[in-house]
Amino acid sequence: MDRARDAGPLARARARTAWLFLAPALLVLVLVAGWPLVSTVWLSLTDSRLDAGHQARFVGTDNYLRYGPAPDAWDEEAGGYFVYDDATGAALLYRPDTDAFYDWDTGAALAGPVDRAAVFAWHGLLADPVWWRSVANTVFYTVVSVSLELALGLAIALILHAHLPGRGLLRAAVLIPWAIPTVVSAQLWGWMLNDQVGVVNAVLLDLGLIAERIAWTAEPATALAAIIAVDVWKTTPFMALLLLAALQTLPNEIYEAARLDGVHPVRLFARVTLPLILPALMVAVIFRTLDALRVFDLFYLLTSNADDMLAMSVYARRQMIEFQDVGAGSAAATAVFAIAAAATALLVLIGRIEPEGRR
Amino acid sequence: MTTIPLQDRVRRTARRLALTAGLIAGTIGPAAAANLTVACSALGTESDLCREAAQAWADETGNTVEIVHPPNAASEQLALYQQLLAAESPDIDVLQLDVVWPGILGDHLLDLAPHLPDGTLDGHFPATADSVRSGDAILALPWFTDAAVLYYRSDLLAEHGLDVPETWDDLEAAAAVVQAAERAAGNDRFWGFVWQGRAYEGLTCNALEWVASEGGGTFIGPDGSITLDNPAAARALDRAAGWVGTLSPPGILTYAEEDARAVFQSGDALFMRNWPYAYALGQSPDSPIAGSFDVAPLPRGAGPEARHAATLGGQHLAVSAYTRHPDLAADLARFMTSEAVQRERAIAGSFAPTRPALYEDAAVLEAAPFLAFLPATLREAVARPAAVTGTAYNEASAIVYGAVHDVLSGNADGAARLAEAHGDLMQLSRGGRW
Repeated sequence: MDRARDAGPLARARARTAWLFLAPALLVLVLVAGWPLVSTVWLSLTDSRLDAGHQARFVGTDNYLRYGPAPDAWDEEAGGYFVYDDATGAALLYRPDTDAFYDWDTGAALAGPVDRAAVFAWHGLLADPVWWRSVANTVFYTVVSVSLELALGLAIALILHAHLPGRGLLRAAVLIPWAIPTVVSAQLWGWMLNDQVGVVNAVLLDLGLIAERIAWTAEPATALAAIIAVDVWKTTPFMALLLLAALQTLPNEIYEAARLDGVHPVRLFARVTLPLILPALMVAVIFRTLDALRVFDLFYLLTSNADDMLAMSVYARRQMIEFQDVGAGSAAATAVFAIAAAATALLVLIGRIEPEGRR
Repeated sequence: MTTIPLQDRVRRTARRLALTAGLIAGTIGPAAAANLTVACSALGTESDLCREAAQAWADETGNTVEIVHPPNAASEQLALYQQLLAAESPDIDVLQLDVVWPGILGDHLLDLAPHLPDGTLDGHFPATADSVRSGDAILALPWFTDAAVLYYRSDLLAEHGLDVPETWDDLEAAAAVVQAAERAAGNDRFWGFVWQGRAYEGLTCNALEWVASEGGGTFIGPDGSITLDNPAAARALDRAAGWVGTLSPPGILTYAEEDARAVFQSGDALFMRNWPYAYALGQSPDSPIAGSFDVAPLPRGAGPEARHAATLGGQHLAVSAYTRHPDLAADLARFMTSEAVQRERAIAGSFAPTRPALYEDAAVLEAAPFLAFLPATLREAVARPAAVTGTAYNEASAIVYGAVHDVLSGNADGAARLAEAHGDLMQLSRGGRW
C-alpha cells in the first residue's frame, strides 16, 4: 500500500477500494481468530476456573512461573498460603504480609526456622516436568512425521507427475487416508494396533518379524512410533497433492531445453525442479508443522494418557477440562500458540534463504 | 386492553395452538409436548435399554425424547458435562452421572425435591439414597448400583481342578497354571487376568480394590486425612505391577472396561475384573463364553486386615439446572429409575437395581443369578473418597491413578511413588482439610 501513497489519485482510490473489499474478511478474522486468541491470553493471566461461583482474579504470570508457595494454596480466611513440609510432614501457614510461618492448626508462630527451600518451589507451566515432557513428545513427533511426509510426499508427487496410465485413479486413491477424519482413523488404527486382536501384530507375527505380540500403544517409545506412522499414513497425501500441484505449474520448455542439453535427471531435479517448487513446498511444510504441533486426537486416542505420553494440546485440555483450571489450561494453550508461531517464523526464514542468495 | 409485547402475544398464541393440538390429539397435558434430551452411556447394552425406557415414558406422556451418548470413558464423560454445564447449555435435560459426580457438579444440578412427589427415594437402599441427598435437596435419583466383581471361566477352573480364588495369591497361582496350559495347547494369546490399567478413573477404582483388600485403606480417609502412603498399599501396587506382562497383557496399561471385556469375552482370559454389566453380554447367545463363566467377589489380600473389597460404582440420573422443562425432566428421571424400569434393566442388562425388593424377584434372579450375592458385596463395598474431596475429586483421583500407572509401568516402586503422591495430595487438600 506504500506505493499507493506516492502514486496518483487513481491508485489511491484503488487502494481504498481494496481495503473496503478486505474489510469483511478482516472483521471475520478478528472475530473468529483474534478474539479467542486475546481472550485465551487474558484467561492465562487469571485464576479462572470452570466450576461455577468462582470469581476470577488477575494473577499476572503466576500460571507460567512463580517461586514461592503454591498459588492455589491461598486461603482467604487464614490470610496466607498452606504449605506442606515434605521433610517433616508438618502443615504450615505462610503469611506473605509478615513473611513468616505459622502452625496451620493453631496459628501460633513457629519457634524454629523453616527451611524455605524445602517448602517453596517453582510453580506454574514452565516449572512442570509433565509440560516439558509433552513439549518434547510433540516436537519429536512433529519433526519426524513432517520430514517423513515431505520425503514420501515428494516421491509420490514425482511419480504421479509422470505420465502413467491410470494416473487419475491413482491420484484419487492416494487421497483416501486424507479424507478420513482423524478421530476415525485414530480409532481404526487403535484397533489395528491392539495388542490382542490387532492385525498389525498378527501380520508381523506371521512374517516372523516379532516373537510375541507388542502392546504398541502402552510403551512411550512404541506409542510415539505408532502415532508417527499413523500420521504419516494419513497426511502424506496432503503433502503429495500440494507438491503435485506445484509440479504441474512448471513450464515444459525448461525440461525440453534440459533434455536437449542432456542434463542428468538428478541434476535437473536438484537445480531446476526443487528450486522452482520450493515456495509451494515451504507452504506445505508450514501447514503440516502447524497442524502437527497442535496434535490432539492421535495422542489422546492412541495412548494411555499417562503423564509421559501427552501432547501439548492434551496437556492443555487436561488442565482446563479435567482439572477445571482454566487459568493453567489457557497458559498451556498460549504456550502452544507461541511455539507454533515461533516454528512458523523459523520456517519462513529458512524458506527465504536460497542457495543463490537471490531476493 | 393494553398493548401486549409482541413476544408475549406470540407465546400466548403458540400456547393456545399447542393446547388445541393437544386436545385434538387427545392428550390433555398441563404443558405442550416437549422434546427432552437424555444423555446416557453407550457401554454394552446400555444404549438400547436407555432408549426403550425413555421411549416408554415419551409414549405415556405424549412428549418426545432424544438420546445422546457421552463418551464411554468416565473422565471424558464428566469433562463433556462440565463444558456443557459451565456454558449453562439447555441442550441436555437428563444426565447420567457416576456416583462420585454429584459433589463435583453440585451447583449445576437441579434440586429435584420440589419437582417430585414426597417419598420418591423410598424403596432404594438407604445408603444409596443418602448419597444423592445434599441436606434437604435431592441432586439425583439412583439408577443402578455397581460393585466390581471377579469374572472367572468356570469350565477352565474345573478342567484344572482349581477352586474359585479366595485371595490374590490363589488368583495368581490359578492364572499361572491355566495360562501355561492354554498356551501349551496352542492359544498363544491367552492371559490369566485382565482388568483396567489405562490412566483414568477406572484405574483409581481398580487400585482402590487392591489396596483396600490388603487393609491399606481408601487413599483418603472419611475425615479427609491422606492415608494412601502405607506399606499395605505399596505391597498391593507392587503386586499388581508384577502382573503386567506376566499374567496380564502388556497392553493392559491402555485398557478400559470394554478392552478387558473384549479379551475375556473372546475366551482369551481366565479372570476379569469388571462391573456387573459384562455378565449379560457374556451370556448372550453369540458370546463364545456363554455358559462357561461365572462371577465371584474379588479376592482379598494376605495380611491380618485383609478383606474382600469392591469399589462401589453405580450411576444416577440427574436433571440439569439449565433445563427448559424442569418438571418433565424430573418426571422422566423418576420414571427411568422406577421399580418397573430397574426390573427390566436387571433382567435384560444385568444392571444391579438400587432397590432391595428387586433382589428377591424370581425373574431378576433367574436372568442374572449373580445378583443374589450383590447385596452382600454391596455391604462390603468401598466407596471412593468423593464426598470428602468435593470439587477436587478429579485432581485427587488423577494424582492416585497417575502414581498407580507409574508403578504399573515399572517407572517407580510402590513405596517411593506413594510417598510422592502423599505430598501431592497433602498440597492439594491443604493438609487433608479439602
